[in-house]
Amino acid sequence: MSYVPHTTEELRAMLARIGASTPESLLESVPASLRNRAELKLAPALDERALLRHFAAFAAENGTALTGPSFLGAGAHHHFIPAAVDALASRGEFMTAYTPYQAEISQGTLQMIFEFQTLLCQLTGLEVANASLYDGASALAEAALMAARVTRRTRICVSAGLHPHWREVLRTYTEGVGLVLETLPLDDSGRTDTAKLPADCAAVVVQSPNFRGSIEALGVAAGAAHAVGALAIAATAEALSLALLRSPGELGCDIACGDAQSFGLPLSFGGPYLGFLAAREKLVRQLPGRLIGETLDSSGQRAFVMTLTTREQHIRREKATSNICTNQGLCALRVTIWLALLGRAGIRRLAEINLALSAYARRACARAGLALPYAAPVFNEFVVAVPGLAGKLERLAAQGIQAGVPLARFEPETHADHLLVCTTEMNTRAEIDALVRGLAA
Amino acid sequence: MSTAGRSGLVFHEPLLFESSRPGRPGVRVDDPDVPLVDPVRELGPELVRDDIPDFPELAELDVVRHFTRLSQWNYGIDSGFFPLGSCTMKYNPKVNESIARLPGLAAVHPASDESRLQGVLALAAELEAALAEISGLDRVTLQPAAGAQGEFVGVRMISAYHRARGDTQRTRVLIPDTAHGTNPASAALNGLEVIEVKSGPDGIVHPEALAALADERTAALMLTNPNTLGLFESHVEKLAEVIHGAGGLVYLDGANMNALLGIAKPGHMGVDVMHFNLHKTFSTPHGGGGPGSGPVAVRNSLAPYLPTPVIRLEGGRYRLDDEFPHSIGRVHAWYGNAGIWLRALAYIRTLGAAGLSEVSTRAILNANYVLECLRDVYDVPHQRRVMHECVLTDRRQNEHGVTTADIAKRLMDYGYHPPTIYFPLVVAGALMIEPTECESQETLDGFIEAMRAIAHEAESEPSRVTGAPERPIVRRLDEVRAARKPRLRWSRESA
Repeated sequence: MSYVPHTTEELRAMLARIGASTPESLLESVPASLRNRAELKLAPALDERALLRHFAAFAAENGTALTGPSFLGAGAHHHFIPAAVDALASRGEFMTAYTPYQAEISQGTLQMIFEFQTLLCQLTGLEVANASLYDGASALAEAALMAARVTRRTRICVSAGLHPHWREVLRTYTEGVGLVLETLPLDDSGRTDTAKLPADCAAVVVQSPNFRGSIEALGVAAGAAHAVGALAIAATAEALSLALLRSPGELGCDIACGDAQSFGLPLSFGGPYLGFLAAREKLVRQLPGRLIGETLDSSGQRAFVMTLTTREQHIRREKATSNICTNQGLCALRVTIWLALLGRAGIRRLAEINLALSAYARRACARAGLALPYAAPVFNEFVVAVPGLAGKLERLAAQGIQAGVPLARFEPETHADHLLVCTTEMNTRAEIDALVRGLAA
Repeated sequence: MSTAGRSGLVFHEPLLFESSRPGRPGVRVDDPDVPLVDPVRELGPELVRDDIPDFPELAELDVVRHFTRLSQWNYGIDSGFFPLGSCTMKYNPKVNESIARLPGLAAVHPASDESRLQGVLALAAELEAALAEISGLDRVTLQPAAGAQGEFVGVRMISAYHRARGDTQRTRVLIPDTAHGTNPASAALNGLEVIEVKSGPDGIVHPEALAALADERTAALMLTNPNTLGLFESHVEKLAEVIHGAGGLVYLDGANMNALLGIAKPGHMGVDVMHFNLHKTFSTPHGGGGPGSGPVAVRNSLAPYLPTPVIRLEGGRYRLDDEFPHSIGRVHAWYGNAGIWLRALAYIRTLGAAGLSEVSTRAILNANYVLECLRDVYDVPHQRRVMHECVLTDRRQNEHGVTTADIAKRLMDYGYHPPTIYFPLVVAGALMIEPTECESQETLDGFIEAMRAIAHEAESEPSRVTGAPERPIVRRLDEVRAARKPRLRWSRESA
């Protein structure tokens, strides 16, 4: 079974037309010395029933956000996905379409991405957003590279509250072109201290809410960045917070980036997610990745098209703003559908519910005698200090509860008893009560 | 027979923002069973925004109709034949979608304890082993989120390899003039200099041309094989010898692996590192531009530099190991586009060894058949036997004022997605056709008939071709206008 349709009769007729005896005889340009002498050593082929059994067996070995209460966050969030998202995003006309280079037969994808770009501008409070990048981590890396191009400087000042994995990706992406990363410490409340910035700084990178859950003072960071001629980059790993918190644009940031996984993308072991990147209008020619713009067709109707492509690798090659070719098209579609379904009132309400649950959980922790080491306000994620954490996590796991992410797994130098807990609208009061009982026991 | 047709009704559909009505309720979200808090009191007024004016307010049915209507303006593989060169638009099996949606895979949190990840890590390891076998290389990472990120990773590892040997003067990457634009861009993102290698008049790279450029400054050759003309780089072993002799490494852009499955292994051609495009060769959906997935395979000599983490099997348990000192570091927040690479594994498991070989031999058969049936009406720039794709040009149609772009647009009227056009850059007016293995002679004949009809129209009625397309929902677009005064979002002021 290889999804090839040819009948024996067709094969014979086609070979005759080409003037070849067998399909293999068409391989004459591949030197015999390079041809495989044996069949590939792969597991036997499976038909559809056997294939589903194979994958279902492995899937059953995983613990998931559905097999019990989960308080895992750390840049991947378990949120509600209305059934209409899957139903619409599964349409073959979207799923099996190509990059919309041929605009006349790609208006569905193009209008959708134009809507996506608009929604991201509204959420971030900035004027331009691209058609998406791989994930939040690489979107941040692209933002830093962009800031370095704009300022012609090489020093990137990065908050210690940035997701540790994002920090690593930022380093991998910027090392080769000679950028230098410098760390801005967190103060006792869990917020970034931007008071002392080097004068040659290209960008200040602050994640909000940060990896400790603290909502940052983005306005302060932006002011400090601008005072030394640097750009302010706001990152977010929890895009739902944008529905409730003052936007990076409103607070003076030049670039906003992050991951929009929370908007309708399943956890799916970390991908595919969606990196977004928005910026001030004047930076548009330094943006990496695809952009969709409005235009007219030859009969004067409104239509949409990929534009400003002279920034991109297929035109500019080594002089492009990035090497990226794809965007996360299907993920952008899911995000656009999700945001449209929830709408103006729905995303606000969902964000308020997340806030209410974390407020309830934090108070319950405090009442149970657990310390909350950071005083800064939080959205839906917070750190709690749990004496004897490892044993308690195991006991909770035995009850089917994923209690959160131990910070020491990401940052070995932090306190061994600090647990990062995330509460979303998928959690109930009873689940939180059980969590707190287990952590305090 | 042409498959051009009409659908039941194609609707006009405004933007989400234009259909929005204040107060129209969307999807219902009930209050939680904990007390709501006042955000301003909880967080302080300096942190809380007003709700977002002009954010869409639509009923669920409005949204369903909106996206259903937009989908009808698209053309996908599910709609019809898609002969897009170097993009491998093959059938995306529906069962792979079912697999990616299994709750035991789709609801796996990436920061779960490893004891809860054993199933998905086992599947990842299974795919890594399969790709190693297909490539003839030793180790594979699934982390790169797309081909271009795979290229970045590969070149980054090559730089790390040279640096570890104290070979710090290797700052040049040699790239043939037929390469995809991502190759030079990925080299530049690594801070390396790009040197173009001219292909010969026969469309392939010759060892002498390469030898003249390879020296102690050479970090790598980035080669696409078969190249973007659909031609196998027959001198590949010799090219690798030249590069290795100069102390460099050979990178293979695996975009065209659909020609080589089970036929030849890059590892046997002297390739040291390569990427796969799972959304091309291994049938995962293009999704209107992504997400892709770009695993990288390497020889053992490059394994110390793989991005962290790598999957290891120890004592019968899988774990994600991120403690190895020479790694180039992470390139993705987690372990790549799992939902995509799981679909690719499903494809490989469906086909098995014999099925994969059949993919490539049938893809090559289809490309040669299309070329044979069109060579008397379209100019063929290279006379060598092609692999999985072929390149034609508009040279003969130019005499009547018809260009490649016109031919492409006219194909839409006949019911087909156009080929890749004006690429590779070394061929003027290129039309690059990759039929894939998934199409029958009958489908190919329909396309061939359309291409022949357009060639005839170019002579008899050129305005019909230059005025195309007539049938899609919009006519030819004014791209200059879009770029001159960019409108990249809707706003109330501009509406």
